[in-house]
Amino acid sequence: MESVSEREKRSGGAAISSQKSIELILARQLASCLAMPVGIVDAEGTLVYYNEQAEQVLNQRFDETGDMKASEWTTFFTIEDLDRKPIPVDAWPLVVAYKDQRAVSQIVWLRSRDEAWRNISFTAFPLIGQHGRFEGAMTIFWEV
Amino acid sequence: MRVTLRGTRGSLASPGPDTVRYGGNTSCVEVLGDAGTALVLDAGTGIRPLSSLLPRDLKRIDILLTHLHMDHIQGLGFFGPLHNPATEVHIWGPASTTQNLQARLKRYLSPPLFPVRVTDLACRLTFHEVPCDDVDIGEFRVSSALVCHPGPTVGYRIKSPKGRVLTYLPDHEPALGVLRFPSLPREWTSGAVLAENADLLIHDSQYTNAEYASRCGWGHSAVEQTLAFASLAEVRQLVPFHHDPDHSDTVLDEMFDEAMQRANPAFQVTSGFEGATFDV
Repeated sequence: MESVSEREKRSGGAAISSQKSIELILARQLASCLAMPVGIVDAEGTLVYYNEQAEQVLNQRFDETGDMKASEWTTFFTIEDLDRKPIPVDAWPLVVAYKDQRAVSQIVWLRSRDEAWRNISFTAFPLIGQHGRFEGAMTIFWEV
Repeated sequence: MRVTLRGTRGSLASPGPDTVRYGGNTSCVEVLGDAGTALVLDAGTGIRPLSSLLPRDLKRIDILLTHLHMDHIQGLGFFGPLHNPATEVHIWGPASTTQNLQARLKRYLSPPLFPVRVTDLACRLTFHEVPCDDVDIGEFRVSSALVCHPGPTVGYRIKSPKGRVLTYLPDHEPALGVLRFPSLPREWTSGAVLAENADLLIHDSQYTNAEYASRCGWGHSAVEQTLAFASLAEVRQLVPFHHDPDHSDTVLDEMFDEAMQRANPAFQVTSGFEGATFDV
């Protein structure tokens, strides 16, 4: 469905930006204020934000990476279960919350770009907005 | 389009000698199109005197509610066209996650809060829920989006056939949770795309900076935040609106003068006086 801004952009009208939903805006603002790692994907699965605490765990800065499509951000990590068996991307907590639109919690081993393995507890949940509109998913995670 | 402020006060009507110039009625804005389309933005106490000022032969009127806080709906039951069987009235407003718009409005328009029920209104009444896809209301194209304010609250972007844009964000706290506002681009700032390049922006400016510090999260903006928001959106003209009921005319003059001196905005700023008219 064509949005307001898309239509106005096409018609040469005044509005040219694509507004994020209020649910995503508030989620990002909350995440930016929290002292625990948080990541947010939008309804397309694009990683649209992770906060400063998440930057430390992921060993990269959001200002440097910017938005990352799912095909991109899912290559940044390796995740294994507690028995050290690899967990396929489709079963990662944030991906499950996004794909199945349900909450999920799991403790895993995560290796990011610094090659260090960290024991991480993930809690991920879908963002369901007004009128049941799916806005994306959010995860909170920290070392255990 | 011709835009007239019928009620500029926020939270609570505050008539009296100290509020004569800015006005004491709560939020209500009349919008009349060149082809005769009539919109009423919010139904605060300012809507009551509007009844007698509308064209007598008006067949249809659309009331666009931003949200259902009392200062935005209190005048609804006193709006003449609702009691006229010859008039078609369309009410647009947000549903909640559990109740539709009509059910939410019934909570006010029913005893014991009000003697007349929604079902008793004489007009031909239709409810429409927002936000929704862009809609054409008469000659106007109307866009709506949820914005940052407690409870389901929308802002409106109203575009005339000539491409002129009015944006209405009377209750809005885009700076909530932002340490230095604005620090994010428009797409990540509540309401900014609705206001983008607007010819006229009517925006919440309820507080001073000091007041905002103690009322963060209540859903409103300080004047300086409003100026910063308007700058981010690159509007052509700003009308600070939704004045705090405790702010007298003198206090409001001082607030706006100080904020203007500090911000020195590149766009025109016109104080939100009750009765002020803008040709957009």
